[in-house]
Amino acid sequence: MTRVGKYHVALVGVAVLLLLLSLVRLVSGYDDITSSGTFAAALLLAVPIGLAGLGGLWAERAGVVNIGLEGMMVLGTWFAGWAGYQWGAVAALVAGLLGGALGGLLHAIATVTFGVDHIISGVAINLLGPGVTRFLSEVLYKEGTQAAEAGAGITSSPAITSPPPRVSLPLLSDGPDLLGRLESTHWFLLSDLAGILRGLTHNVNMLVVLAVLLLPLTFFVLWRTAFGLRLRSAGENPWAAESLGVNVYLIKYVAVVISGAFAGLGGVFLVFVSTKYVEGQTAGRGFIGLAAMIFGNWRPGGLAAGAALFGYADGLQLRSSGAVTSFFLFGAVLLLIYLGQQVRRLLASGEPAEMVTRGARQYTMMAAAAAGMVVLFWLWLTVDQLPNEFVFITPHVLTLIVLLVASQRLRMPKADGVSYRRGEQH
Amino acid sequence: MPAGLNRALFTVAGAAVAIVLAIAICSVAIVAAGADPLAAFAAFFDFGASARSQSNGIAAFLNRAVPLFIAGLAVAVGFRMNLFNIGVEGQYRLAAICAAYVGSTFTAPKPIQITVIILVAAVVGGLYALIPAVMKVTRGVNEVIATIMLNYIAINLTSYLVRGPFAGQRAEGELTTTTPDLPESAMFPNLNFFFDWFGVLPPTRGGGVWGFLLVAVVLGLVVWVVLERTRFGFDVKASGLNGPAALASGVNPKTMVIAAMVMSGAIAGLIGLPEILGDRGAFNSNFTPGLGFLGIAVALLGRNKPVGIAIAALLFAFLDRAQGALQIAEVPPSVITIIQGVIVLLVVVANEVTNRLALRLEERRAARQLGRNSPVEVGA
Repeated sequence: MTRVGKYHVALVGVAVLLLLLSLVRLVSGYDDITSSGTFAAALLLAVPIGLAGLGGLWAERAGVVNIGLEGMMVLGTWFAGWAGYQWGAVAALVAGLLGGALGGLLHAIATVTFGVDHIISGVAINLLGPGVTRFLSEVLYKEGTQAAEAGAGITSSPAITSPPPRVSLPLLSDGPDLLGRLESTHWFLLSDLAGILRGLTHNVNMLVVLAVLLLPLTFFVLWRTAFGLRLRSAGENPWAAESLGVNVYLIKYVAVVISGAFAGLGGVFLVFVSTKYVEGQTAGRGFIGLAAMIFGNWRPGGLAAGAALFGYADGLQLRSSGAVTSFFLFGAVLLLIYLGQQVRRLLASGEPAEMVTRGARQYTMMAAAAAGMVVLFWLWLTVDQLPNEFVFITPHVLTLIVLLVASQRLRMPKADGVSYRRGEQH
Repeated sequence: MPAGLNRALFTVAGAAVAIVLAIAICSVAIVAAGADPLAAFAAFFDFGASARSQSNGIAAFLNRAVPLFIAGLAVAVGFRMNLFNIGVEGQYRLAAICAAYVGSTFTAPKPIQITVIILVAAVVGGLYALIPAVMKVTRGVNEVIATIMLNYIAINLTSYLVRGPFAGQRAEGELTTTTPDLPESAMFPNLNFFFDWFGVLPPTRGGGVWGFLLVAVVLGLVVWVVLERTRFGFDVKASGLNGPAALASGVNPKTMVIAAMVMSGAIAGLIGLPEILGDRGAFNSNFTPGLGFLGIAVALLGRNKPVGIAIAALLFAFLDRAQGALQIAEVPPSVITIIQGVIVLLVVVANEVTNRLALRLEERRAARQLGRNSPVEVGA
């Protein structure tokens, strides 16, 4: 498919998705499915996941698997909280970045210099991150210290002093708030669109804008600069890169430290949202970010889609846990579309030879899809309220389904996770 | 000196250096925290003043080591063939709650009841590990990501089960949710008679020394025999070291992935049982979490061999036991987590360094014997 074709498919896909969302909202009666509140929450929740995913992207494109993202994110949250309550938002940002980068540096030393297995080093960092931050809290926030008087405890820092500034689009979502008015009419499609746009533009945190801009920036640096080419070549075939004079060690170090800094930035963001550091704040977002990156096929665009999906699922659950049951309807409709396509293809092809060879497998797939559709539809009709625990696992189940469906189309960097030593051809 | 002995010496030396370095790093941290490192290290060996508290300390130490050892074994079985079963955490929690619930639904003579509970735990753990294994062999899904996702699913599922379908009677004013109590015939007899043999006061807290210790020892032996002395163990090792070569010699890699993963999950299912059968008698919301992740560290430290894992589990349990003693000595107890993390990281680094050193020495030796000046390439 040509480039233009791909772009068009993406646009059509988004349009169909919008239409579906709008339909599901009308049928189920949950306005929160496309309300601006949900989308504002989704944006807020998607950003840390996306930042962690970007961290994963930088490391893995340079050939270093980074499951230590979670630990680096924890370091980011602690340092942001610690600097934030003393010197304000900007200091929190810098400290969080540095804290995450420190975790990245540790990972780089272990994996690049000493050739330790990447997963093992990541596990150790996930153990160390919470351990070190707990230790620091116990030392610096213990009773009787200045911090404790400012409201710190063993599990949380004092509130950061100056929250980051917010921006919103004038005219449309602020002041006259045209989008807000359009949204409250609940018209089909139009108010859905308005709700989504308003959620994404009204009262947006500066850091959100920054984080969203980091996506195209990453794409530009990794895919449009010489440095990016070298970095990706270190992830695809470091020995070839070495033979062309690239300093693979240095590249990997830079990539993994940046990766840690991104994870740390995700942590800073969480601190800004809750205005202070709280232990266990990351709640596995580093891992979800990693999943979003794999979901996005090690590409920034796909990563953004993955992060947006997880953020949306989370945001919807926060706003209205009943609305999550609409996912059943949504899934049923998607399966119906799939079935329709398959039936059309079967009717159109009519080649008996092909039917015999591919028939059995295709029929089982279609039968499974039909059964799944019926079950989902039945669930949507009967289940009013899912237990919270089932709602929490939505992103994880989605990841597993995506991996099951698409993992054979995913392509990770060829030398990802390979231990590289200079001069040793494998 | 024979090459094998050389390597073994290097390994031990590397581990020793790593542990010394870890202690040094933590001493720096303790000093920075304004405490006395010597007092901290004294706290690790301080089991209490009275005879009763000393035997309680020993019991707590052994009781902590048992689940860590089983967790290490579970992870190691996967590691042996380069399968990263990060999902031990989820597998053991789900297995523990199912076993606790099934065990509470009937009453049978002690051996039967306990055997059924152990079997249920192993089956649930194995089945839950079957999911990522099947995903890997049929659709090529990376087991690391799949097991991480399944961990979150299992953790949420257990908290739903303990609150909803598997919930038992909650005592008045009690905040913790719990499964129904196990009958008396399900409780594993403790090993307190050992203390009587030596004329020491038996421990009283936490159900004494859990009898599941014996099961863990047997399990360790079985895993050792299976991995080191059977065709299956050889196939596992061969697939891990060189997949294509194993395939060429007639080992089906798909079967091996499923077998190793299910075995790992089945062992993981037992991790929670010592606590449930030895002390609590039910699965409740105070159930010890995090053993699966610690198991990864223990397996790494023990180099995936049962004896090594036992030593690593004892070391970690020894460190964990000092939680209270450290608090009394006014040292932040979180220093334990740091020591554990640093030891793991340094030991794996030391492994790499000693491997490289041993290889270089061997190359020199080969060169000397062949009468050449340049080192000879020797396979790792």
